[in-house]
Amino acid sequence: MVFLDFEKPVEELNKELEKLKEVASKSKVDLSKSVTELEEKIQDKIVELYSNLTPWQRVQVSRHPERPYTLAYIDHVSNKSFIELHGDRTVADDKAMVGGWGEIDGQTVMFIGQQKGINTKMRQIRRFGMANPEGYRKALRLMKMAEKFNKPIVTFIDTPGAYPGLEAEERGQGEAIAKNLLEMVQLKVPVICIIIGEGASGGALGIGIGDKVLMLENTWYSVISPESCSSILWRSWNFKERAAEALKLTAEDMSKHGLIDGIIKEPVGGAHRDPQATFETVKQEIKKHLNDLSKISAEERINQRIEKFGAMGVVHELD
Amino acid sequence: MGWFKRLKEGITTSTTDKKETPEGLWYKCPSCKKIHTAQDHHANKHVCLDCNYHERIGSKEYFEIIFDNNQFTELHENLVSGDPLEFEDTKKYTSRLTESIKKSGLKDALRSAYGKVNDQDLVVCCMDFGFIGGSMGSVVGEKIARSIDFCIKTKTPLLIISKSGGARMMEAAFSLMQMAKTSAKLSQLAQNKIPYISLLTDPTTGGVTASYAMLGDMNIAEPGSLIGFAGPRVVKETIGKDLPKGFQTAEFVLEHGFLDKIVPRTELKEKLGSLLKMLKN
Repeated sequence: MVFLDFEKPVEELNKELEKLKEVASKSKVDLSKSVTELEEKIQDKIVELYSNLTPWQRVQVSRHPERPYTLAYIDHVSNKSFIELHGDRTVADDKAMVGGWGEIDGQTVMFIGQQKGINTKMRQIRRFGMANPEGYRKALRLMKMAEKFNKPIVTFIDTPGAYPGLEAEERGQGEAIAKNLLEMVQLKVPVICIIIGEGASGGALGIGIGDKVLMLENTWYSVISPESCSSILWRSWNFKERAAEALKLTAEDMSKHGLIDGIIKEPVGGAHRDPQATFETVKQEIKKHLNDLSKISAEERINQRIEKFGAMGVVHELD
Repeated sequence: MGWFKRLKEGITTSTTDKKETPEGLWYKCPSCKKIHTAQDHHANKHVCLDCNYHERIGSKEYFEIIFDNNQFTELHENLVSGDPLEFEDTKKYTSRLTESIKKSGLKDALRSAYGKVNDQDLVVCCMDFGFIGGSMGSVVGEKIARSIDFCIKTKTPLLIISKSGGARMMEAAFSLMQMAKTSAKLSQLAQNKIPYISLLTDPTTGGVTASYAMLGDMNIAEPGSLIGFAGPRVVKETIGKDLPKGFQTAEFVLEHGFLDKIVPRTELKEKLGSLLKMLKN
């Protein structure tokens, strides 16, 4: 297990525990009571730390290297029925964006999401979850197909942003994202979007227009990463903690401001401490919302979507 | 042909020969450094008479260029931004707003108006770069949304003139959601089959490019404008080498298929008039 800097106390207790277990296995003395005590102590410490995370710490948890990524969620939620589909039919297959058919307890669903790599090589191939225009166009192609066959769409959002490369600009990164926003608003099928890690900027929003937009407890969603915000507004990389606070990017803040529709609880200590439990919660949430959304007509869903996003923003009218 | 050739444009005088240009009467082109009377420059729609450099101008100038006899009715002019996040970086967002309002004489980074262009109705939403870098916040989104409602109600075509560094960071996720909001409203406009022309001017980047600026039925741009999603500095850092010449200019974007046409400002009104007429006939 990789420990984050604020998890130092847990890491130390963990080391103690390992030592104790080693001693226990070598000697004949029964140490099971001490082991249990220490385990409880660790659990208490995790509860304590995680009950009071700062926005920056949440950003750290959202980027934890052992945190589950999109394909892991899809595999579990679809009970391994997932059939991945590739390519935007124009330029390439973007490995930073995945998608395809799967079943949730008999209901066919189109799954789409940004995918980060699970090791050094894959991280490069998947560009750290930063999609190119062809990724957004693949996503749109699959969404239109889902609409054609009247199947709901579930997107998993986990990206530090759209890829800012030379080819991405040549192939119209801005146009690709813009087109997705316009088209997703008018999709006739239910759309659920779940932020499972990082939700940065237009890159996240490009697959983020849904009837229900949900955030896992330890994720963030904003217009820019705290680091970049610090570098632009404070002209230094050293204000990321303050930027994280100022941006109000946590699930709690986003919900408070009415910019998302709900928060999905994570196991104590974050999704990576118990991925199976996280997957199961996410699956139940998807099922619940799909069931609710299926009761509304397509027209009504589209109107509600436009109304919801149309109401976002705070302005005053001067006399 | 000399041995040496100037690679950079606009350096024509040595320091000793430099003279101060008096303010007000003369316009000195920042690109070619040639001087013209302010009157001639204004008559040429703020485009340099020598090198065709398009000076950055605001909504006041665009309205004057586009609307017949500079006659127009401004829409929703009294909207100002809130500060839902109580944002503070090196400065409070509220004081930043107050300062910008005072300095620019504007209320936010976009003004909306309707009037006639060669006798045909048009709603124009025009961004002002002079207001916090033309950044897109709640007011920009709300004005576009309300203008679209007006277009649908009155069956009037829409022109949005983009000139923006992108999202307004001080409104964080609220700013991000303006991309969703404006796109949602534009989808309604499209459903009503009302024409939307997007004019991209220097510069158009970030969240504005990734929403309404790229969603026109027709996307047109001013010559030489910087148009892109990621800023050139960010792209340069990503690829780790210098950017090719002309990267992210309007001409580059046209060549890659994301613009319909580049229209010099001096021909803007005439072209808009023709397009509107053809779509109506």
